[in-house]
Amino acid sequence: MSDLANPTTNDKECGGCASSVCHTGNLARLGIDTTGSDYVVALAGNPNTGKSTIFNQLTGLRQHVGNWAGKTVARAEGAYRYGEHRYKVVDLPGTYSMLSTSVDEEIARDFILFARPDVTVVVLDANRLERNLHLALQVTEITDRVVLAVNLIDEAKRHGVTVDERALAREMGVPVVLMAARTGQGVQQLSQAIADVASGSYPLRARRAAYADAQLQSAVEVLVGQINRAFPRLPNARWVALRLLEDDASIIRAIEDGTLGEIAPAETPIDAAPSSPSTLVQISRGQASVSPSV
Amino acid sequence: MATNASELIKSASKLRGEIGGDLHDRLTAAIYAEATTIADSSIERGGVQSRVRFDTVLDRLLTSRLFGFPVMILMLTVVLWLTIAGANVPSAMLGDFLRGAVYDWLHAGARALSAPWWLSGFLIDGVYLATAWVISVMLPPMAIFFPLWTLLEDFGYLPRVAFNLDRLFKRAGAHGKQALTMMMGFGCNAAGVVSTRIIDSPRERLIAIITNNFSICNGRWGTMILISTIFIAALAPPAFASLIAATSVAAVAVLGIIFTLLVSALLSRTMLRGEASSFSLELPPYRPPRVWQTIYTSLIDRTFIVLKRAIYMAAPAGAAVWLISNIYIGDASIAVHVINLLEPVGWLLGLNGVILLAYVLAIPANEIVVPTVLMLTLNAARSTLAQNGVMIEFDEAAQTTQVLTGLGGWTILTGLNLMLFSLLHNPCSTTIWTIWKETKSVKWTTVATLLPVVIGILVCLTTATVARLFFNL
Repeated sequence: MSDLANPTTNDKECGGCASSVCHTGNLARLGIDTTGSDYVVALAGNPNTGKSTIFNQLTGLRQHVGNWAGKTVARAEGAYRYGEHRYKVVDLPGTYSMLSTSVDEEIARDFILFARPDVTVVVLDANRLERNLHLALQVTEITDRVVLAVNLIDEAKRHGVTVDERALAREMGVPVVLMAARTGQGVQQLSQAIADVASGSYPLRARRAAYADAQLQSAVEVLVGQINRAFPRLPNARWVALRLLEDDASIIRAIEDGTLGEIAPAETPIDAAPSSPSTLVQISRGQASVSPSV
Repeated sequence: MATNASELIKSASKLRGEIGGDLHDRLTAAIYAEATTIADSSIERGGVQSRVRFDTVLDRLLTSRLFGFPVMILMLTVVLWLTIAGANVPSAMLGDFLRGAVYDWLHAGARALSAPWWLSGFLIDGVYLATAWVISVMLPPMAIFFPLWTLLEDFGYLPRVAFNLDRLFKRAGAHGKQALTMMMGFGCNAAGVVSTRIIDSPRERLIAIITNNFSICNGRWGTMILISTIFIAALAPPAFASLIAATSVAAVAVLGIIFTLLVSALLSRTMLRGEASSFSLELPPYRPPRVWQTIYTSLIDRTFIVLKRAIYMAAPAGAAVWLISNIYIGDASIAVHVINLLEPVGWLLGLNGVILLAYVLAIPANEIVVPTVLMLTLNAARSTLAQNGVMIEFDEAAQTTQVLTGLGGWTILTGLNLMLFSLLHNPCSTTIWTIWKETKSVKWTTVATLLPVVIGILVCLTTATVARLFFNL
C-alpha cells in the first residue's frame, strides 16, 4: 500500500499492523497529492467552525483560513496517510443545513449525497453545540459513516463550557473527537477515528431524529417502500422520502433523470446491513484494497 | 424503473397533500428538539463567563450606530498609517540597492561581456528595471499591510464591518452578504467575485459581482499608498506626512464603499430591479490572533504571491516599455507618439498621456501601473531631452517624487486623479475572466468591465474641471 516512502513517517513501529489495532500510526501529510487514496473523507460543518483549519492540519496544506462565515465557497482537496492507508480529504463550504438554498450549500450537500465519501467528518463548534448538532443530525440522516469533531474546546473552556465526548458519542452513535485544531490538539485522535470508521471497526449506530407524528411516519414508510423498489440499493431511502414530502425540487429532478440511482453502492444498502465491521467494509465502495483487518 | 420512479413522484405528491403543508417547519422543530436533548446531556456549563461579557461590550462598541463607522475609519487609517510610515525607509533602501547598485553591476557586467546595446537595454533597462521597480515600491508596504489586515480578520473585526454595512446594503436594494463579498474584494477582486456564491438570489449576486471592483484590491493598495505618499503627503508638514497620506488612502477606500452602495442602488432600481432578501449574519467570536503565524502565512501566502504575480506581469511590461521607447518612427519613439496622442484626453481627465498608456500596458495586472508610469516617464523625458540636444545622465536611483514632479510635470491634481482613476477603472484581466466564468454572460461581463471605467472617466473629468476652474491647478 505505502509504496511511497515518506521520511516523516515512522513505518518501522507500525510494520504491517492494521490501523484499528495499532494506535501509534503516524500521520503523514501528503499535501495535494491525492493519487491512489484508499478512502475519501469529507469535512462538513457550520460556517466558521474550523473546517479549513482541520483540513490544513491533516493535509499540511495552507488553505486560507479566516475568522468569518463564508470563507470557503468551493471545495478544496488534499491528502494524508495514516497508518497504512491513504486518505483524500475534501474541505466543503460551511453550511447551516443540508436543504440546499445557495450554491455553496448545494456543493456541500451534493458531495455528501452523490459522491458518497467513505467518512464524513462533521465539525462542530463546542460553543454552539446545540445549533451545530442540527446539521450533524441532518448528515446522519444521509449517511452512517460520520465522525463528529467537536472543535474550539479551548475557547469553550474559557467560556466555562465542557463537552462530555463519551456522552455525546453514546447519544449520536458515532465517534466523537474533542479538538482545538488551531493548536493541533486532537488531530491524531481525529485521524484514528476516521480510520476506525473507514475500516469499519467502529460499531456505527448513527442517531436519526424521531418524528412522533404517526401520519408522517406512515407516509415515510410508504415512500421508503416505493423508493426501495425504484432504487433498490439506495442507502438513505428515509432521507429521500422526507425530501420528497417536502417537495425538494433537486431531489425530484434526481429521481426523474435517474441520477439518484447512481448514488447506490454496488452491494447491500447500509440501511439493511448490520453494523458489523466486515459488512461495512464490504459495502464501502470497492476502492483499492479495502480489506478488513484480521 | 422509469415507471417506478414516476409512480414514486406521484404518490409522494399525494401523500404531501395528506400530511399538511408545514412539514419543513415540523421537521426542523423535531431536529432542533433532538439537538437540544443531545446537547443538554453532553454539555456542562460552569464558571464565570467574563469573556462573554467582554465580547458583548466590544460588539456593542464596534457595531454601534454611533461609533461603528468612526471606529472603522479609525482602524483603517491606523493600519494604513503604520504601513506608510513603516515602508518609507525599507523602500528607499531597496530602491538604492536594486535600481542603484545592482543596476550598475549589471551594466558593468554587460559591458565586460561586450553585449550589444539593444540586448543589454532590452534585458537590463527593460525587463530587469521594471521588476526592480515593482519589488522596491511594492514589497515593503505589502509586507506590512497584509499581516496587519490578516490580524484584523483573524481577530474577527471584518465581519463586524460587514454587519455595520449591512443596513446600508439593504437600503441600496442589495443583499446584506454583499458586505462580506466586498470585504473579500479588498484582498482580491477575483476572489471577491467567486465569494459572491454565498448570495443565493441571482439578481443580488450580479449586483455584488458588478460592484466588487470598487473594493481596492491587493494590487491597488500599493498604487494608492505610493501616490498618496508622493503627492498628498508632500503638502503636509513632515511630521504629519505619513498620517495625511494614510488618511487620504482611507478616504479613497471609503469612497470605494460609497460607490459600491451608489452603484448597487442604481442597479437595483434599473437593470436589476427587485426586493432585497433577508438573511442572518453570524458574528464570529473574537479570537486572539496568533501573531507570528499570521505574519508568516500572510507573508508567504499573500505578499509573495501578489509580488510574484506582479513580477511575472512586470517583466513583459518592462520589455514592452523598453521596446516602444526605443523603436523610433520618424523623429520620436513609438511611446512618445502614443503619449502625445493620448495627452489631450489625459489632460481633460486631469491625468496625462503617460498614465493612460501605462493603464493600457497594465491591463493584465493593476500592480504594475506605477512602475510602468515611472519607466515611461523616465524614457519619454530622456528621449525628449535628447531631441533637444540635451544629454543628461540620470541617476537611476532618483527618488520617485523627483521623477514624477520634475520630469513628468505632475501636480497634486495628477496624483489625486490617479488615485481616483485607480479606484474607478476596469477590473484586471483575471477578474474579468472570473466574472465571465461565474456569470457565463457576455452582457454582464461587459457591464462589469465597462461600467467602472465610464464612472472613472466621468469622476476624473469632473474633478479636473472643478480643480482648474476654481483652484487654478
